[in-house]
Amino acid sequence: MSTGRPLLIPSPRTPNTPQTPSIPTYADLAKRSSGDLKPVSTMESNIAIDNTSSIESNYNSSSRRSISSHQSRMSGTNSVKEVILADLGSKRVRHGSRGTDSEFMSMSQKEINDDDARLVYINDPDRTNEKHKFTGNSIRTSKYSFITFLPRNLFEQFHRVAYIYFLVIAILNQLPQLAVFGRGASIMPLAFVLLVTAIKDACEDWRRHRADRIENNRLAWVFMNGQFQRKKWKDIRVGEIIKIQANDTLPCDMVLLSTSDPTGVAYVQTINLDGESNLKTRYAKQETLSKVPEKEKISGLIKCEKPNRNIYGFQANMEVDGKRLSLGPSNIILRGCELKNTAWALGVVAYAGRETKAMLNNAGAPSKRSSLETRMNLEIIILSLFLFALCTVVSFLAAVWLKRHKDELNIIPFYRKKDYSEPTPDHDDYKYYGWGLEIFFTFLMAVIVFQIMIPISLYISMELVRVGQSYFMIQDTNMYDEATNSSFQCRALNINEDLGQIKYVFSDKTGTLTENKMVFQCASIWGVDYGGGKASSQNDGVGNPVEVDRKILRPKMAVKVHPQLLELAKSGKDSPEGKHVHDFFLALASCNTLVPFLVDTSDPFVKLIDYQGESPDEQALAYAAAAYGFTLIERTSGHIVIDIQGERQRFDVLGLHEFDSDRKRMSVILGFPDKTVKVFVKGADSSMFSVIDRSLEKNVIHATEQHLHAYSSVGLRTLVVGMRELSSSEFEQWHSAFEAASAALMGRAALLRKVASNVENHLCILGASAIEDKLQQGVPEAIESLRMAAIKVWVLTGDKQETAMSIGYSSKLLTSQMTQIIINSSSKQSCKKSLEDGILMSSRLTTQSSFTNNTVGSSGAAVTSLALIIDGTSLVYVLDSELEEQLFKLASKCAVVLCCRVAPLQKAGIVALVKKRTSDLTLAIGDGANDVSMIQMADVGVGITGQEGRQAVMASDFSMGQFRFLVPLLLVHGHWNYQRMAYMILYNFYRNAVFVFVLFWYVLFTCFTLTTAVTEWSSMLYSVIYTSFPTIFVGVLDKDLSRRTLLKFPQLYGAGQRQESYSSKLFWLIMMDTIWQSVAIFFIPLFAYWRSTIDISGLGDLWTIASVVVVNLHLAMDVIRWTWITHAAIWGSILATGICVIIIDALPFLFGYWAIFHIGKTAEFWLCLLIIVVAALVPRFVAKIIYQHFSPCDIRVAREAEKFGNFRELERMEMEMNLMAEPQRR
Amino acid sequence: MVERGETSSTGGSDGTQDPFPSAKKITKRPKYSRFTQQELPACKPILTPGWVITALILVGVIFIPIGLASLFASQRVVEIVDRYDEDCIPPSFKDRALGFIQDDNTDKTCIRKLTVPKLMKSPIYVYYQLSNFYQNHRRYVKSRSDKQLRSRKDESKTTNCEPEAFAGDKQPIVPCGLIAWSLFNDTYKFSVTNQPLAVNKRNIAWDSDREHKFGSDVYPKNFQNGRLIGGAKLNSSIPLNEQEDLIVWMRTAALPTFRKLYGRIEVDLEAGKEITVMIQNNYNTYDFGGKKHLVLSTTSWLGGKNDFLGAAYLAVGGICLFLAVAFILVYVLKPRPLGDPSYLSWNRNPAGHLN
Repeated sequence: MSTGRPLLIPSPRTPNTPQTPSIPTYADLAKRSSGDLKPVSTMESNIAIDNTSSIESNYNSSSRRSISSHQSRMSGTNSVKEVILADLGSKRVRHGSRGTDSEFMSMSQKEINDDDARLVYINDPDRTNEKHKFTGNSIRTSKYSFITFLPRNLFEQFHRVAYIYFLVIAILNQLPQLAVFGRGASIMPLAFVLLVTAIKDACEDWRRHRADRIENNRLAWVFMNGQFQRKKWKDIRVGEIIKIQANDTLPCDMVLLSTSDPTGVAYVQTINLDGESNLKTRYAKQETLSKVPEKEKISGLIKCEKPNRNIYGFQANMEVDGKRLSLGPSNIILRGCELKNTAWALGVVAYAGRETKAMLNNAGAPSKRSSLETRMNLEIIILSLFLFALCTVVSFLAAVWLKRHKDELNIIPFYRKKDYSEPTPDHDDYKYYGWGLEIFFTFLMAVIVFQIMIPISLYISMELVRVGQSYFMIQDTNMYDEATNSSFQCRALNINEDLGQIKYVFSDKTGTLTENKMVFQCASIWGVDYGGGKASSQNDGVGNPVEVDRKILRPKMAVKVHPQLLELAKSGKDSPEGKHVHDFFLALASCNTLVPFLVDTSDPFVKLIDYQGESPDEQALAYAAAAYGFTLIERTSGHIVIDIQGERQRFDVLGLHEFDSDRKRMSVILGFPDKTVKVFVKGADSSMFSVIDRSLEKNVIHATEQHLHAYSSVGLRTLVVGMRELSSSEFEQWHSAFEAASAALMGRAALLRKVASNVENHLCILGASAIEDKLQQGVPEAIESLRMAAIKVWVLTGDKQETAMSIGYSSKLLTSQMTQIIINSSSKQSCKKSLEDGILMSSRLTTQSSFTNNTVGSSGAAVTSLALIIDGTSLVYVLDSELEEQLFKLASKCAVVLCCRVAPLQKAGIVALVKKRTSDLTLAIGDGANDVSMIQMADVGVGITGQEGRQAVMASDFSMGQFRFLVPLLLVHGHWNYQRMAYMILYNFYRNAVFVFVLFWYVLFTCFTLTTAVTEWSSMLYSVIYTSFPTIFVGVLDKDLSRRTLLKFPQLYGAGQRQESYSSKLFWLIMMDTIWQSVAIFFIPLFAYWRSTIDISGLGDLWTIASVVVVNLHLAMDVIRWTWITHAAIWGSILATGICVIIIDALPFLFGYWAIFHIGKTAEFWLCLLIIVVAALVPRFVAKIIYQHFSPCDIRVAREAEKFGNFRELERMEMEMNLMAEPQRR
Repeated sequence: MVERGETSSTGGSDGTQDPFPSAKKITKRPKYSRFTQQELPACKPILTPGWVITALILVGVIFIPIGLASLFASQRVVEIVDRYDEDCIPPSFKDRALGFIQDDNTDKTCIRKLTVPKLMKSPIYVYYQLSNFYQNHRRYVKSRSDKQLRSRKDESKTTNCEPEAFAGDKQPIVPCGLIAWSLFNDTYKFSVTNQPLAVNKRNIAWDSDREHKFGSDVYPKNFQNGRLIGGAKLNSSIPLNEQEDLIVWMRTAALPTFRKLYGRIEVDLEAGKEITVMIQNNYNTYDFGGKKHLVLSTTSWLGGKNDFLGAAYLAVGGICLFLAVAFILVYVLKPRPLGDPSYLSWNRNPAGHLN
């Protein structure tokens, strides 16, 4: 990945009005350099995605960025950058560059069609709102109001298929012909679930209502009746002018008109919007800067695009005083931002209320479904077939019975088909609808009675369990990152258990494996390598202090300095070396877009210089320059002030060519105090060497190249710096071209790029810098753990091959023993050939190793020694072609896959490639906007809360602070979640099926008429109260192995990958057990009470209690850790069942009044219960013991080891194994 | 917790992130507690051979005595069962049993002689047993009105009672419904050596039913006066809560073969005594092939005569003991040390875990 950050908005600065028609000469410039300089303001970079906020375009834009990994100046690739060059009086000087494709260009330049536009009349809200009825500024994040709550909430709840099933059954039951249960009893479970959910929703909504009310009633200064008055946020209308004070939050999206800054700059913090804490700059248009609403009436028309959710894009134009100005994303401040370091800002409301970009972006993360749940659907279908079969059997038998007894039905006392009460001779049939219909009704009634075969409550239990699991993941102190103060976050609630089954991890590099905290390490200047990483002596930990106005300024970050280089830097530019060093550091200090901010310290005379900018590489370079005595202390619009060895010097910034991913370099054109003009360029080595004049200083170039190679091979990020002095004619030429390009309406970016390319050539090389991208803490260990857990780690990075490989080595992803297959092709044919070679080589290695190593899994050992390294260019030919298959074949044999120079979309493509071909689960982890695509593509997306904004986090399912938390997340929580969820699903199938089968057996003894001995209330409460709590608590709290064991033996993770806890085999086994248990529960009392005086309710109560006890003891048998909560849940459930049964039987109006007391008094009841429980559970118990004894699974063995403390032995063994495996693995 | 690199960032990462101290730092570190870290004290039972064998033996040791005791109790119960439905049809009606039973004018009296096999201690329970009679049939079970039975003011609440809800002129039938309508109406008169044997028919129903389900102010009305007589008629001057036969009958049986308490004989019967029973064989089970038995039985602590439970206990207990022995053999002959790492899959197959 690159240093590029998905940033807000560059600075399409509007050109000044051409008041002065003449093109000023450089002399003019220099002369007037002190005055009213306009800001060179490009501290922001941007991805101005065109207004379709589609992910697609996101990818495109960020992809371009990502390519330039080591490029310091990253900026909006396809944004239009305009920089006012100062006081060229009035001349607009724009420079900028653009990304590759021009379609964005044309988009950004295109006229906004009147039909698609929203017209905002400045300071005329009435007219603005007259025709268009824009929404007011009041927001409503709440979903419901008092009136709409019931219908809407119900509507939303019934989006779940499960509830519809519930409802259909309940409705069926209301039909008099089918009324199996009483009306109340049949509605109860559904009503209960709906009620609980509704209460939960209502509480949440109440909170939102309150938050909305507070938000809507905040006050803002709005221009009304000739002055600014306070007005509630909710009353703000589109078209009004509002005034924002420092540290105020924006109430709406507004187009800037003017600010307290004479140049129209406003600094905003967008932390609420995208989580980035650095300041962004926004600009007011030159034309509106001077307008003061109190004094003159401002009027004008803004034509802007329809509201959309792209926070990085905005296009509009504004007609003021008959002039037409174009507005871009840098002219608008969005709702939720805070104004900082600017006393006030005036703006026109463009979007209000729910049409603001912040509100439009309020949508949640896309939902994914866990693979377990997907798999579960198959079993649900099988259960439905069971249900269907049971109902068919019942109705078939009923049909046979009716047929056989059809002559007797009229008078059989318990049927009495004919109604003899009427005196008419021809008697009506009573409740008899004919043979066919009776059977049909029997079928439907059977569906009603056996409805819980489909475990509806399972869905609710699963949700609750996931909430609980998420709670514990969030609360895990081991996944809290102190450095970024970020705890683990679950953004997706339904894929917890997928974490236990991951087979592929796709990782971003920068910011994920590495910290994305750049530290200047060493430099090669004029062919001399300084440092080589051996820099020493530090300036007391704080950078070179600089004294300004009796105040001491020091850089905020100290950099280790190389003493010899420091000496040279201090020696001035007298010696040739000194000169080169001087130029080099001057380039580092000036050729950037950083803005120094002064931060107060406890000492009033000492201030810290904090370089704000979005490229960490630039910051690192600027701090390095400061450490060597070249401190950038001021950047205003048109000039920069650099303190050079204690001497303040002022340079005019005549032009700035922003970084773009085509050129992969940036340049700045500086006017020196001695009136010379120099262009400084820094960029990626590949792009720089093509513009460096190779005829000059061949040996320097050669040495530098060698140094670069050395640097990148130890994992440093390199940049090459060059410069050239411009002659005045060259400058003039450039200047006019630059100006023409800046003024161009069409294809401005392309023109600017061309201008930049023209001036960035024939450079004289100054040197190269090397920046260390530090690995995050614990990354090598984490990767080792993941590898042990048989998770394949693929690194996808935008970095170049050398850097990627060096990081690969330092993170222990690559080892020197590995055979590397490097695919680095530039055509499809060569790509194909390399792939074939690679496959050949891998199979050769495999066969070799199987000769040497005659074990079953030998291929595994051989595979570990293969590493595939492929670059983005090759991937272009591979992805979406028939080569995909081959790449996958090869990659699946490799232990490590490193993809370098990949674009974001390619990242997603690689993930898709794997996802398509295996059923294994994939996880993508990344921190930047360029990872969004793969995060969304993978089964599980993890975002790193890092330096690169929050886009990855927003798109992710889980977010955390550090890469190494992946280990506890997967190996510990993932493992637990999977085991728990898998067990819970099977258990839920089982417990409902047991009950259904008990009901079913009884039906066979009631003439197939669906009488239930179990009271209707008990059968409804069964899955709601009697048996649900223990499964939820066990699903949340049970732990098969301790954290320590799981971390120590990552191989235990394999249980999830092999789907050991949930498979069709297990399902059928548990179903067989279910049938046995239901037989035991049903038939033991049947035989014990045959020919006895037992009544329906008494026997029903016995069956109810027996089922509940058996089912709960079954669970108890499988519980691994008994905490007090587990005890409470399991025994409490049984107790609660007893209490419920007693209550139900104590209600005189119910059928089974007092039955439990009668049957409970008898010894027979208790003896039945005891033998049912034992007989039902013995087979399972025995099977469990046999299985555990003869083929214990890893988890079982580890648990025994954990319990009996022969851990030491286990560890020793482990070490031996490792030693044995080492030669193979390395 | 996280140690930043040895270089540079003395300012701390927070500082570089946010130069504006406006955002106050609230640590998001989760609070530590044993609960949140899932480290609650827990007992982790594990099925060791010791436990397994102990449990199995324990089950065997407990179950076999229970089984023996149950069997013993069941054996001690003296039970006389006499099926009379076929024999009580006079030979001339053998092929027209239905006609016989439906004809009001036939003499339904039937004399049965029963021999007491063993001493029967009082109380001796008299049951009638019906087979193939589905009192749990859905149509039947629902065909009653509990409200009506309970209080007089709800007399007309006869929902669900059809087709026995109303007498011809829309007068509610009390008690309504098929259950009441089909009330069993065979009667038994016992005598031993020509001495009548008293049968106590009081307190044969549940107290709870008498007190709460059947009202003391509800009197039978319009009962059994339709065109099809289902069974017994009720004395309309006795309130329902004293009509114990009805109450017993209305507590519907769970299974198609069931007994209902008819009364109690409160004297001991010597072994070898012959009991003469005069049966009024009124009840029609002939149209659906139901059987009728007369049962005289003593009880034990376990209830009536039923060997099933005892046998089941013996069987389960025996199986468990057998399993215990089997497992002992397994553990001795083919032991597996608990927690032996060589059983871990990656140790059994060293390279396997890497692919």
